[in-house]
Amino acid sequence: MNNLFSVNSIRFIVLILIQVLVFNNINFLGYINPYPYILFIALFPIKNNRAIIILSSFLLGLTIDMFLDSGGIHAAACVFIAYVRPIILKFSFGMIYEHHTIKFSTVEFGSKLTYVILLVILHHIILFSLEIFNFSKIILVLQKTLFSSMFTILLSMIITIIFSQKPK
Amino acid sequence: MFLLLFSFSILFTIQSHSYHKSKFINSANFLCGSIYNAANNMSAYFSLNSQNKLLSEENRRLKSLLYNLENTTEINNSDSLNKPYYFSNAQIIKNNYSAIDNVLLINKGINDSIKQDFGVASTEGIIGIVDKTSGNYATVISILNSTSSISAQLKKTNHYGTLKWDAKSPEFTQLVDIQKIAPVSVGDTIITSGRSSIFPKGIPIGTVANFELDASENYYEINVKLFNDMTNLEHVYIIENINKPEITNLLNE
Repeated sequence: MNNLFSVNSIRFIVLILIQVLVFNNINFLGYINPYPYILFIALFPIKNNRAIIILSSFLLGLTIDMFLDSGGIHAAACVFIAYVRPIILKFSFGMIYEHHTIKFSTVEFGSKLTYVILLVILHHIILFSLEIFNFSKIILVLQKTLFSSMFTILLSMIITIIFSQKPK
Repeated sequence: MFLLLFSFSILFTIQSHSYHKSKFINSANFLCGSIYNAANNMSAYFSLNSQNKLLSEENRRLKSLLYNLENTTEINNSDSLNKPYYFSNAQIIKNNYSAIDNVLLINKGINDSIKQDFGVASTEGIIGIVDKTSGNYATVISILNSTSSISAQLKKTNHYGTLKWDAKSPEFTQLVDIQKIAPVSVGDTIITSGRSSIFPKGIPIGTVANFELDASENYYEINVKLFNDMTNLEHVYIIENINKPEITNLLNE
């Protein structure tokens, strides 16, 4: 438990720092930035209490908001995906989730990909619709969601592959 | 639990969409400020060359103004007590131009007597208005922010309007509410008007890129190409209007 706690707090801090100092300055084609910091929520241990993950996601989003001066948009998006995460887990992993035996390092690539894609797209839709906050600009919301999602999904998958512990 | 936190964040979001609402989630705090400062200390080396060029270009301009003044007594007069604007310098430690509401962070705060609503300009043109301040840091609402609106005018005549941003490109802002009778042409210079008591009159903003009549056909909507490269900012000036409390008092009476 102690080990799990320290791993997650280190992940929390490192992901925020990388997000704020590196990924927010990419501005690919002028406005496309990836947000791989939500990997924290994606990789959060499953057996843990639901209140803990929602609370820590809120803190994660709020810290990002503080750095980016963006009000509460990241906090809202993070809390939302933390809340719906069990449903997405059930959808993408099916039976394994039911038996609470998932380990992110051992599941097959396809279902992991679906899981990340769903989380990222939900997160980005909420993020950008709150950022723009205007129904008449729905095209812009969808456009930003699409491009940033592709970027985030790609980066998240690369990061998980690089840092995954090899099953021995 | 979920609903509570979710509504908290929505609340913060709504607050951040209204100009100058008191929000406490901002980057002008010790933690964010010092992290950005450390990062900027390193990355500043990479732009040394271009920043040096900008500064020496401004020096050249100021020198030529200084030595070409016909009436040298004017310089002495301007040193007298009734200077209405006080300039201090600062560094941008967080720049941002890709979002809808862009906010910058500078490395000066209350300890350097920086307060809300001071103007911020660079060597080439205006940048924004100081919003939140902490001990050593302050956030600046960039002109690339959909809530910002700054009074601006044509340089050759006194027709004035409001400078806004349509969130499309960091190179262009929009000047609206210019009267139809104003003689606008492409390439004209746009400057601050000095009506807002934040900026003095005559700080350059940009040139007219193109213009058209708005829906009511009474006002021009002008696309302004900024002099500033908002993506490459480092050294800025903070402008304090010393008479501002007096002016706001008078207006509130």
